[in-house]
Amino acid sequence: MKSLNSFLFVGFLTLTMCINSFAQDNSKQVIPAASIKNIKGEKVNSATITNDGKPILLNFWATWCKPCIQELSNLSSLYDDWKEATGVKIVAVSVDDVRNSAKVAPFVNGKRWEYEVYLDENGDLKRAMNVNNVPHAFLIDGSGKVVWQHNSYAPGDEEKLYEVIKQVAAGQEVTGH
Amino acid sequence: MRTFLPALLVFFSVISLTAQNQNDGVIGGNFQVDVQSYTPDSLIGAQNVPEKLRSNAFLNLNYTKGNFSAGIRYESYLKEILGFSPNWGGKEGNAGIGYRYARYTNDDIDVTIGNFYEQFGNGMILRTYEERGLGLDNALDGVRTKLTMIKGLQITGVFGKQRSFFTVGPGIVRGIDGELLLEDFLKNFGDNVSILPEGWRLRFGGGVLSKYEQDLDPTLNLPENVLAYNTRMTFQAGGFALDAEYAYKINDPKTTNVNTYNPGRALYVNGSYSAPGLGINISLKSLDNMDYRSSRRSQLTDLVLNYLPAVTKQYTYRLLTLYPYATQPNGEIGVQADLLYTFPKGSFLGGKYGTSININYARVHSIDSSRNLNDSNAIEGNLYNTKFLQFGDRVFFDDFNVEIQKKWSKDFKTNFGFMRQYYLKELIEVLPGTGAIKTDVITSEFIYSMTSTQTIRLEIQHMAAEHRKIDAAGNDLDAEKDANGKTISPKLDNNNGSWIYALAEYTIAPQWFISVFNEYNYGNEDPNRRLNYLSGNIIYVKDALRLTIGYGRVRGGILCVGGVCRPVPASNGFSLSVSSTF
Repeated sequence: MKSLNSFLFVGFLTLTMCINSFAQDNSKQVIPAASIKNIKGEKVNSATITNDGKPILLNFWATWCKPCIQELSNLSSLYDDWKEATGVKIVAVSVDDVRNSAKVAPFVNGKRWEYEVYLDENGDLKRAMNVNNVPHAFLIDGSGKVVWQHNSYAPGDEEKLYEVIKQVAAGQEVTGH
Repeated sequence: MRTFLPALLVFFSVISLTAQNQNDGVIGGNFQVDVQSYTPDSLIGAQNVPEKLRSNAFLNLNYTKGNFSAGIRYESYLKEILGFSPNWGGKEGNAGIGYRYARYTNDDIDVTIGNFYEQFGNGMILRTYEERGLGLDNALDGVRTKLTMIKGLQITGVFGKQRSFFTVGPGIVRGIDGELLLEDFLKNFGDNVSILPEGWRLRFGGGVLSKYEQDLDPTLNLPENVLAYNTRMTFQAGGFALDAEYAYKINDPKTTNVNTYNPGRALYVNGSYSAPGLGINISLKSLDNMDYRSSRRSQLTDLVLNYLPAVTKQYTYRLLTLYPYATQPNGEIGVQADLLYTFPKGSFLGGKYGTSININYARVHSIDSSRNLNDSNAIEGNLYNTKFLQFGDRVFFDDFNVEIQKKWSKDFKTNFGFMRQYYLKELIEVLPGTGAIKTDVITSEFIYSMTSTQTIRLEIQHMAAEHRKIDAAGNDLDAEKDANGKTISPKLDNNNGSWIYALAEYTIAPQWFISVFNEYNYGNEDPNRRLNYLSGNIIYVKDALRLTIGYGRVRGGILCVGGVCRPVPASNGFSLSVSSTF
């Protein structure tokens, strides 16, 4: 175990350094490639989530998470107005495991939510985006980069969130956070 | 693991050097530090902790550049917070790199070496996962390859050894899994090839897993290669979906199944229907001898290969989580039905802002079997007779719940709930003689927004509990009491009887959460144990950074996060938690 560990670790360092010597243009986090499922349970690569150059609000949630449901319910009543004004798309990624993942589609429909919903049953995207706890929201700009994030939910958070979405939709730098 | 500390320093210095260059991929990560102080409190049964202060911490670092990614997690348990397995910290505390991987992925292939988390189908033969809040991590350490070059078909192969705290278990795990999406697969033969009506989807899958472990048993002849497989199918049309999976495991005598030579079987069927405003879900799950591990000697949550979550509702209100059901991998059959309906806005019941109602019913029985789960000697000749899919006589758990959420105005919302539950404590907690518990719980929650960013939330909950005696034949009877009204049978624990709970929370969006809550065990049979468990928390959030400071008494009980539960001992003291994502 130890020799394997050392071997892997040295390999990892070497690779990191080698790769760093090549040049590339992205410095901010983008939606990484992870295997998630769409609402029908079909496997999808998360890196393919797009919104035609407009902002995406990527929201990690779970059916057992009360603040998450409160947040998504409150956003639901604002979503039409926000979409119209800024073109933002809300993508709700459920981290429910197989205990509850079959309930996600009926739950979303039963709540009359109109979000694009994905299932991250084994936490692959959650891990790739370094999420500790839900709810956790990421705002992604038109070029696919994460420009803002927020953990937890308190009623009224949407006021600040909308300010940030408007800035991103207008192509401005996110300020005041 | 200690040899990695210098290596870790090198890693950080490499990162600090490279992070200055804007063109070198992305480094991200997260961390969490939990600190808890312990004050002895004999009244609540909080044990004396010699260290007085304990801490768990981890930090993940992920590096991504194009198709390549790599990462590590450093973990420390100095010593582990009470409730985590004592194997984490050992005698003197433990720290090291618990997880590291390198991965390459493109449209056709995805290869990972090092640690990885993987799930085949519904996880009934393989699910490696982490639940850091519960101290669970059964990651495989080895190689994983996913092939997706043929449209509609994905094949996953794994080879590895399983993590057990800061080492790996003795078994070698090998597996392959395939998933075929029929309509997409047919597109390989032409864009218009289709056999299903428009909007119908059909998916098939199957996986095989095998575990190798040497047979060193002096008396029993044990299989060194234990094979398990699953087959599964999903059908969808419109708002209707049907999902079924069957799993089989060859005989695998070991500690946790009392050395039975029976094979293991599991069936899971889930049907759902939904339309805007309506969601219905019905599931059935039957298990027989499905405890599957990469080591015969491991127990509890260590080195478990598969995932068998309870087919019951996952509650979040505090008193509803006092008696959570735990799956019985050696044998159970359960059903669950869930209905969610949201009345349209503007309708009589929907009002101006909408009303939601959720009804859930779950019931779990023994399977019809010659095996007595409370008595290991009941297995004669290491075999037992069982009628898979037949409900046995014993009720393990029965649970009815209804919740109504209503938004009355722009500023005011309420949630009301009722739960009636039957919990066979002596079986679920493996505590013979403790009988069963019948509970009725009422929950209420009021949320009032004073301004656009300031909100007050109140919760009041009440649990009425009745303790039941279970006799040798498994019959459910009234408790047996002596002349003074003291219960002789069942045996009562420290937290018996009825409870009341209240919480008040004040939030200032988007940064402050201040809450105080109290649990009062007013119905405890022992007047000296009619205790208050008062706690308070202050949480500060800035973007992804979260800081929590808490103080108070924590009731001993079972803590559940994301579908898994672990027992948490009673404690009294300060807690501090810091976490962030970067």
